[in-house]
Amino acid sequence: MNMQTTLAGVTFQNPVMTASGTFGSGMEYSEFVDLNKLGAVVTKGVANVPWPGNPTPRVAEVYGGMLNAIGLQNPGIDVFMERDIPFLKQYDTKIIVNVCGKSVEDYVEVVERLGEEPAVSMLEINVSCPNVKEGAIAFGQKADALYHITQEIKKKAKQPIIMKLSPNVTDITEMARAAEAAGADALSLINTLTGMKIDIHKRKFAIANKTGGMSGPAIKPIAVRMVYQTAQAVQIPIIGMGGIANAEDAIEFLLAGASAISVGAMNFVNPYCTMEIVQGIADYMERYHIENLSELIGAVQA
Amino acid sequence: MKEKQTARVISQKEIAPMIFDMWIETGLAAQALPGQFICVYTKDKSTLLPRPISICEVKEDKTALRIVYRVAGQGTREFSTYVAGDAIDILGTLGNGFPVEKGNGKKVFLMGGGIGVPPILQLAKEMQAEKQILLGYRDGNLFLKEDMDAYGQVYVATEDGSCGTKGNVMDAIAANGIDADVIFACGPMPMLRAIKKYAEDNGIDAYISLEEHMACGVGACLGCVVKTKEVDHHSHVHNARICTDGPVFEAKEVEI
Repeated sequence: MNMQTTLAGVTFQNPVMTASGTFGSGMEYSEFVDLNKLGAVVTKGVANVPWPGNPTPRVAEVYGGMLNAIGLQNPGIDVFMERDIPFLKQYDTKIIVNVCGKSVEDYVEVVERLGEEPAVSMLEINVSCPNVKEGAIAFGQKADALYHITQEIKKKAKQPIIMKLSPNVTDITEMARAAEAAGADALSLINTLTGMKIDIHKRKFAIANKTGGMSGPAIKPIAVRMVYQTAQAVQIPIIGMGGIANAEDAIEFLLAGASAISVGAMNFVNPYCTMEIVQGIADYMERYHIENLSELIGAVQA
Repeated sequence: MKEKQTARVISQKEIAPMIFDMWIETGLAAQALPGQFICVYTKDKSTLLPRPISICEVKEDKTALRIVYRVAGQGTREFSTYVAGDAIDILGTLGNGFPVEKGNGKKVFLMGGGIGVPPILQLAKEMQAEKQILLGYRDGNLFLKEDMDAYGQVYVATEDGSCGTKGNVMDAIAANGIDADVIFACGPMPMLRAIKKYAEDNGIDAYISLEEHMACGVGACLGCVVKTKEVDHHSHVHNARICTDGPVFEAKEVEI
């Protein structure tokens, strides 16, 4: 049985990855998860300088999921290169670094620094975080802005780039096509859906930022739909995510057209989730006599 | 070593209105420190996130943990229905715990307010010091007060004045004319702010246990941060993680 999957010329031992922001740089979950068994670790977003993030409360529970507005707190690229990359290099897994910024120049600065590090296999460009006021989402909700930033990053990037798309748009396929036309090597979707929760007893917003990004199993059908529509619209490979809790969910995304999948909020609920999904996909392939994982990708029938 | 496991409820009872006292049989008791916490998971899949609950007591033979918690919402309401023999999913043990050694041999205040009272019990059991235990309650439901009596001199404050000093734990310090070399505390934010100020005014150290909404409980999500005086070692931005860098901080190190 072959569980390998290839995106933009990079081959992963299996399609199971960690969604950016839910797994740090792997260190915290390495007590629970054998990182050697993951397809890739996708890191928390890293900027050119340290970002303090938003005020608390930053997280809230909602039915079947959660809201977060962390605001991309991160130590900046210097600390990341000195501490996080060497940590991840100890493991036999691929490293995908999520890159965030407030301007095109910010993104490009980080992308150029990461270009010096051959251990980084791919870059995921975060143009879809709903929780920071400037940059990020501003690039991910207008097709022309997305086209422009993708093109600028692509000029400087040494590694293949994945554009991470926001679901908070009228037509995600329009964004996907713009990224593809500008030279993106892959897409990842979906980022969180913008939501709100009000504490009726305190008559206050549950999250200090007022709005937060919703994730968790409750958003899965929306994510599967968007992955399917995007897979129909572009030729470049897709990393699918949004509420994946188990192998059945992961396989749905593969059938919808994702070449790999990421586990996000469910890491918080079940820290062993990624390992169980790797095993569950293998069990499914055995049960249905699937020799190569690629047979499943986009294999949903009308 | 942190671990998520399915443990077993040994017993549960309501010891004050909406305050529940549960013993859980778990191997995690062997590593539990006073001031650490566990995450407890609901069986209802609509409430996904773990509930962080402080460790109140560790059984002498290290085979069980006691948690005392308030029913605050859907998740804790579910926990309150568990009976002996029920399975309970927990992750632990989490956080740094109180620096017990900083109090040993000294004259200390061990202060708990409201649902911040429970972690003070195991701390009082383990610390070798001249212990003055200050407990603040809303009313005369003095949960865990009798448990504490064995480990030090207990002073009570109640908001409604039904027992001890009328007011809060700070009022109890003044009313009883007591002092200390070092403070260890857990409770609501106004109480912790008052303790931070009291410690600064009196030039003594205080170690306070903080609370914040959490998602992962293990330091990955960066949901539960507190502003710090110094640059934090994780993100280098003056935001320490309460779940892993805390929940116990030196009062002068945090901006609350």
